Amino acid sequence: MRFDTPATTNPIDQLKIIGKPTDRIDGPLKTTGAAPYAYERHDVVPNQAYGHVVGAAIAKGRITSMDLAAARRAPGVLAIVTAENAGRLAKGNLNTATLLGGPEIEHYHQAIAVVVAESFEQARAAAQLIRVDYVRAAGRFDLAAVKDSGRPAPLFSGPADTAVGDFADAFAAAPVQLDATYTTPDQAHAMMEPHASIAAWDGDRLTLWTSNQMIDWTTGELAKTLGIAKEKVRLISPFIGGGFGGKLFLRADALLAALGARAAGRPVKVALPRPLMFNNTTHRPATIQRLRIGATREGRITAIGHESWSGDLPGGKPEAAVQQTRLLYAGANRLTTTRLAELDLAEGNAMRAPGEAPGLMALEIAIDEMAEKLGLDPIEFRILNDTKVDPEKPDRPFSQRNLTQCLRLGAERFGWSRRSARPGQHREGRWLLGMGVAAAYRGAPVETSGARIRLDGSGMVTVETDMTDIGTGSYTIIGQTAAEMMGVPLDKVVVRLGDSSFPVSAGSGGQWGANSATAGVYAACVKLREAVAQKLGFNAAEVVFADGEVRSGNRRVPLAEAAGESGLLAEDRMEYGDLDKRYQQGTFAAQFIEAGVDAATGEIRVRRMLSVCDAGRILNPKTARSQVIGGMTMGVGAALMEELVVDKRLGFFVNHDLAGYEVPVHADIPHQEVIFLDEADPTTSPMKAKGVAELGICGIGAAVANAIHNATGLRVRDYPITLDKLLDRLPAVG
Amino acid sequence: MRPFTYERARSPAEAVAAATRTPGARFIAGGTNLLDLMKLEIEAPAHLIDVNGLALDSIETTPEGGLRIGALVRNTDLAADARVRRDYVLLSRALLAGASGQLRNRATTAGNLLQRTRCPYFYDTNMPCNKRQPGSGCAAIGGFSRQHAVLGTSEACIATHPSDMAVAMRALDAVVETVRADGAARSIPIAEFHRLPGDSPQMETVLAPGELITAVTLPRPVGGRQIYRKVRDRASYAFALVSVGAIIQRDGSGRVALGGVAHKPWRVEAAEAELPRGAKAVADRLLAGARPTQENAFKLPLVERTLGAVLAEARGG
Ligand SMILES: Cc1cc2nc3c(=O)[nH]c(=O)nc-3n(C[C@H](O)[C@H](O)[C@H](O)COP(=O)(O)OP(=O)(O)OC[C@H]3O[C@@H](n4cnc5c(N)ncnc54)[C@H](O)[C@@H]3O)c2cc1C
Ligand code: SF4
Repeated sequence: MRFDTPATTNPIDQLKIIGKPTDRIDGPLKTTGAAPYAYERHDVVPNQAYGHVVGAAIAKGRITSMDLAAARRAPGVLAIVTAENAGRLAKGNLNTATLLGGPEIEHYHQAIAVVVAESFEQARAAAQLIRVDYVRAAGRFDLAAVKDSGRPAPLFSGPADTAVGDFADAFAAAPVQLDATYTTPDQAHAMMEPHASIAAWDGDRLTLWTSNQMIDWTTGELAKTLGIAKEKVRLISPFIGGGFGGKLFLRADALLAALGARAAGRPVKVALPRPLMFNNTTHRPATIQRLRIGATREGRITAIGHESWSGDLPGGKPEAAVQQTRLLYAGANRLTTTRLAELDLAEGNAMRAPGEAPGLMALEIAIDEMAEKLGLDPIEFRILNDTKVDPEKPDRPFSQRNLTQCLRLGAERFGWSRRSARPGQHREGRWLLGMGVAAAYRGAPVETSGARIRLDGSGMVTVETDMTDIGTGSYTIIGQTAAEMMGVPLDKVVVRLGDSSFPVSAGSGGQWGANSATAGVYAACVKLREAVAQKLGFNAAEVVFADGEVRSGNRRVPLAEAAGESGLLAEDRMEYGDLDKRYQQGTFAAQFIEAGVDAATGEIRVRRMLSVCDAGRILNPKTARSQVIGGMTMGVGAALMEELVVDKRLGFFVNHDLAGYEVPVHADIPHQEVIFLDEADPTTSPMKAKGVAELGICGIGAAVANAIHNATGLRVRDYPITLDKLLDRLPAVG
Repeated sequence: MRPFTYERARSPAEAVAAATRTPGARFIAGGTNLLDLMKLEIEAPAHLIDVNGLALDSIETTPEGGLRIGALVRNTDLAADARVRRDYVLLSRALLAGASGQLRNRATTAGNLLQRTRCPYFYDTNMPCNKRQPGSGCAAIGGFSRQHAVLGTSEACIATHPSDMAVAMRALDAVVETVRADGAARSIPIAEFHRLPGDSPQMETVLAPGELITAVTLPRPVGGRQIYRKVRDRASYAFALVSVGAIIQRDGSGRVALGGVAHKPWRVEAAEAELPRGAKAVADRLLAGARPTQENAFKLPLVERTLGAVLAEARGG
């Protein structure tokens, strides 16, 4: 099915099941521990052995020798795979560094071996007996130091450099100017479930039970890396304990499980140990961002420029931190540039809202600073510069944009009028209190997505698609979609996900999953409805599916009967025309924070948070809310504590475990509130939905920073905002 | 983790005898620190002597009117004990500021005193670390040292002792009771229990090999306002950047111990004489001779400011 004109009324608009805050259909499995995660699938194949991964001990250089003798002799050891004995391996298109390093070492903790043994403990103990000699090479580890060697690097959303009007002149001429530089650190996905896989070979066919967001990509990447046909690889990943972009790609656990299983001649399971994950896998790269904004005295932006620098391994990608700045505010003269320098740290890549999350952390402080210079309320300043059209192409409208409404509604709900425009005015005991706001923006992309639907003689509807549920609620909204389309209650729908033998879906990433995957299910359901109508001799255009029946005129047939003995099967996918070119499709939010800063110690604690989201039709307010509050929580982490600390001498992220890499705990996250405007957008898909999973993180970092400023009068432009960056400027104690 | 042998001791005498018999043996109590270190092969004992069955898990009143806390009393139970909460609330507060509920349920009094540093380079066996591998160097000096010590450091090591409980015990003048391999018991004032790193940072306490902690005793209650203030980036489940344990009497006199600043809980009795003159005067004495790194220099003003807040709170009635 092709979607190339805006949707009209369709069965989803009944909103009998879609749009309801249904509990997750996979919830009971998860709360009872019965949902099988990759590493725990002891039952899927007998005789599983255990692989333990060895990571490189240096950041850059060469292995000169590897002594495996002691490890080979260790009890229980079945095989040891290194680059030397692994056979020819290709590199996946989506990997920057090779997943099995050696003799060249590209980054710290790059995998250099997997030891396979009868038990996990034996594999780990033997892995620690491997002796490796290296020669170190000089590496580049300091973004600030290599920044100026950065080259223009295109983003997935556009070119490296964009310019509209004459930025330089307009900025120079602007009566009110801001020119400030902000930094965001490297960050880790730090999802609960580590990367884990079980691999089993049957002749030349490989089955991999794994934890991966993108089944089709990763099936292809694994086949390519191993040099076998994609058809020979089956990936199964029905449950994923978080990914945040860290599981978009083929990673070492999957490859090394496959290689280990081949070498040992039996199934092998591999999980990346937590302390290895931070330097072995991908992370969100650090950025240095310069923002220049010029405005009239009345507060109209006349010039807006955003330049960003980040680093990655040779052949890597930039952090697309400028992309929202092309779209968020009006202004006739605009400029963005993206520069990518080479660094020899682990591979940088997508993490929840890549681009926007760090980009808005900078832009939305800059907007707050500008409002302050102008003497305007930061909400009014944003509203004044709101736009209904793509500011670079004024003839291209946003399909929907209710940012002003989000800001106004949020202000009212949050009690913004109680905020003092002058910072440092509210004190409650030891706490200096302040409020901050930021706008959030994230695109609403759609991707081709397919599904297969079966109707059986008992009236059960089974949906199969390789879509993944990374804790987001995909199972539930897909089930709701099929139930709505087929006119059956939700408990008549079975949803099966995450298997490469199912039709290829959009997968989970870039907040495209919910809208794309349900639209694919919609397409398959339309086909199934046609098949049912045809079988019953009904006119497909008039037929109604409701209450488990198919109705046309005064004829009613139970759906189960229509299926007949052999059942009915339909498969289709949703493909998209150019609506996303004709309209700018995006999601918006206004995010509010109240924070307290301990007047003595500078400790920062968030007190209240609110997000008002304009993100199309909300398919399930309960799962959508979970996504937004999860994003808000991560935004607080980014604002206040998350930082992969680079040792610039030795070239690695030092705090590479969950004791050292702090993410918020419950005590850091008090009251969270989410409001959805819930307005259907007919240009995005027949579902009229958009994504929300990344929107929630986008503005929070800056909103926290702005709240801290409002509480203390102190502006910190380097994240995370920790107490040591405030301490010497706080009022005297006593 | 290297393979090891394991036995359960039934009495302190049996435990120390086993430790003497088997070179490289270690006691294991809650295991919340030792097992993590063994998994990473930071520690690789050949033999473990489980001391959980030693019946050292009660809290008794001493004839002097103090408390004798068995070495195996769990952190949760110690923090919840009515006598501790009434007479030594500093200790309760320090315990409850540490780790998480689950960990405190396992962690023991002796194990807590002997927990090892959280220096990230100590935890990464690829990195030079004099504490883990004497003579290999110290990666933290010149590296990421935001958490590290500012007082009592050496050229060999700048690690901190991460315990909260020990800070309170230092302020309370606790005494560590032990029994040695030859069966002799001794009492070690907590001030003398932990060592500074010097040129042998691998030696963290004055315990002899195979010496077993049997109890920690607290002298008679000293009263006063007892405040434990732990400063950290996130609200819970994090080690202290700096902590202040204070006992302040009505007349303004008192005691102050610091955590997160040194290889041991830090207390300078002479500094306490300055209490009536306020936080700055005390902090100046407490922090005399501090040698911070660029990354942790903030700990000095942070100590002073936190102490100021604690003293204000104590005055506040
Ligand atoms: C995630 C995490 C967070 C934490 N956060 C904090 C925190 O915020 N604040 C804090 O203070 N602590 C914290 N801790 C540390 C925790 O308090 C210690 O791990 C715990 O107290 C150790 O006690 P245990 O009984 O488990 O010791 P074990 O691990 O059993 O033993 C530790 C050491 O003590 C020795 N030992 C044990 N008993 C005896 C004995 N009777 N005689 C002689 N030697 C003995 C062992 O041989 C070993 O060397 C944290 C720990 C973790 C894992
Ligand atoms: S500070 Fe001490 S524990 Fe840390 S690396 Fe240096 S020697 Fe090792």
